[in-house]
Amino acid sequence: MAQSVRPNTLFRNLNAKIAAMPMIITVLVIFVGCTIWTVVHSFTKSRMLPKLEFVGFDQYERLWGTSRWLISIENLFIYGACSLVLSLVIGFILAALLDQKIRFENTLRSIILFPFALSFVVTGLIWQWILNPDLGIQSVVRDLGWTSFAFDPLYNPDIVIYGVLIAGIWQGSGLIMVLMLAGLRGIDEDIWNASRIDGIPKWKTYLFIVIPMMKPVFVTAIVLITSGIVKVYDLIIAQTGGGPGIASEVPAKYVMDSMFLKQNLGQGFAASTMMLLCVLIIIIPYAYLEFGGRRNGK
Amino acid sequence: MANNPIIPNGPKPKSIFTTRNILLYGTLLIVAIYYILPLYVMIVTSLKGMPEIRLGNIFAPPLEVTFEPWVKAWSTACTGLNCDGLSRGFWNSVQILIPSVFLSIVIASVNGYALVNWKFKGSEIFFAVLLFGAFIPYQVMIYPIVILLREMGLMGSLWGLVLVHTVFGMPILTLLFRNYFSSVPEELFKAARIDGAGFWGIYFHIMLPMAIPIFVVAMILQVTGIWNDFLFGVIYTKPDIYPMTVQLNNIVNSVQGVKEYNVNMAATLLTGLVPLILYFVSGKLFVRGIAAGAVKG
Repeated sequence: MAQSVRPNTLFRNLNAKIAAMPMIITVLVIFVGCTIWTVVHSFTKSRMLPKLEFVGFDQYERLWGTSRWLISIENLFIYGACSLVLSLVIGFILAALLDQKIRFENTLRSIILFPFALSFVVTGLIWQWILNPDLGIQSVVRDLGWTSFAFDPLYNPDIVIYGVLIAGIWQGSGLIMVLMLAGLRGIDEDIWNASRIDGIPKWKTYLFIVIPMMKPVFVTAIVLITSGIVKVYDLIIAQTGGGPGIASEVPAKYVMDSMFLKQNLGQGFAASTMMLLCVLIIIIPYAYLEFGGRRNGK
Repeated sequence: MANNPIIPNGPKPKSIFTTRNILLYGTLLIVAIYYILPLYVMIVTSLKGMPEIRLGNIFAPPLEVTFEPWVKAWSTACTGLNCDGLSRGFWNSVQILIPSVFLSIVIASVNGYALVNWKFKGSEIFFAVLLFGAFIPYQVMIYPIVILLREMGLMGSLWGLVLVHTVFGMPILTLLFRNYFSSVPEELFKAARIDGAGFWGIYFHIMLPMAIPIFVVAMILQVTGIWNDFLFGVIYTKPDIYPMTVQLNNIVNSVQGVKEYNVNMAATLLTGLVPLILYFVSGKLFVRGIAAGAVKG
């Protein structure tokens, strides 16, 4: 074999290369090309049409001086922090409850997971109806006799983002529960037996032994939740439309509105570059831990 | 009793009503209610008439069951000037769904197979960037894709959207197939090579028949994902070919006219029905699909 003349390397394995063309084109043109294109154009003064007239960081300065963008970022942080913590806590507790060798486990799992099959638009519209102050939960409680009861998150600018949060958790926590449950099932029965023999209470076993053992599951869940948070768009459109006023705006919506409604492309590019930066801040440490660490370890 | 103690023998019978059980099942019941209640409210609302909705309680079952809202949502609800209901959006979504699912799965399965069995120089790097691409916010790539589609003459057409779905489904599906094919014993591939089978021969005669379960998982993943898409539908199509989710949003959140909550809820249910049916029918496979989706992280 070593002595035979090697054919031109470009044509070796030609079929595989042809078959992989869609992937290569996607990677080069869409993921790399389009991303670079947007980042480059975020430094220009494009308005209705993209044009290469560079203005340095002007778009970014304007972006961070716009109250709507600041509200978007604030909402993203509130929504993100709450949904991260709540999804993890609820997901883990539900998984731990389902792991108690209970009856109807499959039924319960199906019930908790089914919202995940629904789109954000459907989710948003369902909760818009339930949180409707005139006919929804608020009016039901008032009819029961508590006439001063107020629960109208979708009409109150101060708490509207929590109204969205309720819907988001309803839709997404089932997935985290399933992941956690798989993680719990992967833990050796001997660990439980050992902790039982040592007389360690169950909650302590969970907190100090099981959770640290489930670190990879938690990391996956965190990456999954955070990358979903940055993308939040449909839910807002369906449930609140960004309102009341601009109280529930999010960065993804700012980008879309700048590009397709206000014909202010430069702002859209700058805002989407900021979104990319947010994701990189999360992904790079993760990729380093996951892949860099593995390479060094083995 | 005290005079005549009965010494129990055998294992102590377990009572069902221990404190632990009451707490455990009580909590689970409340949880189940939180998740199921919205669905119940939707169904109930969609079966009521408007007067009953205005007077009554959203949790109350309908006094008079009517299917009129469903009929209206399907065939006469208005979005802008079109008054042919959600049926239009439904068929648009079907037309988008079938080619997108087919194309994305074919491409991704071949990708996965090539990445495992026919590695070429740089294939791993392309795959790594592909996976990384799954995390780039769509908003970053949306506008350049508008330009590309316009250049190709596909902007605002079904095929443009199909292409977009194929591209954005590729990272996760390729990962799914790659992982599956790498679990196939290498000897099988080598034996086929020695027998003279080539790239496509091995794919069609050995890999494809073995990978049927993973094709089903991929299909579930794509059908749900594409059916539920809103963002790409709203950007890359035009009003007559809007997919169902976009049309639903336009019907429910339209500002003109009196709000007909029963019709809105019927429309919402209709849109959610396809993934819901798929979810309840496929059961464990659906879970496998999303678990595979989760591993992408």
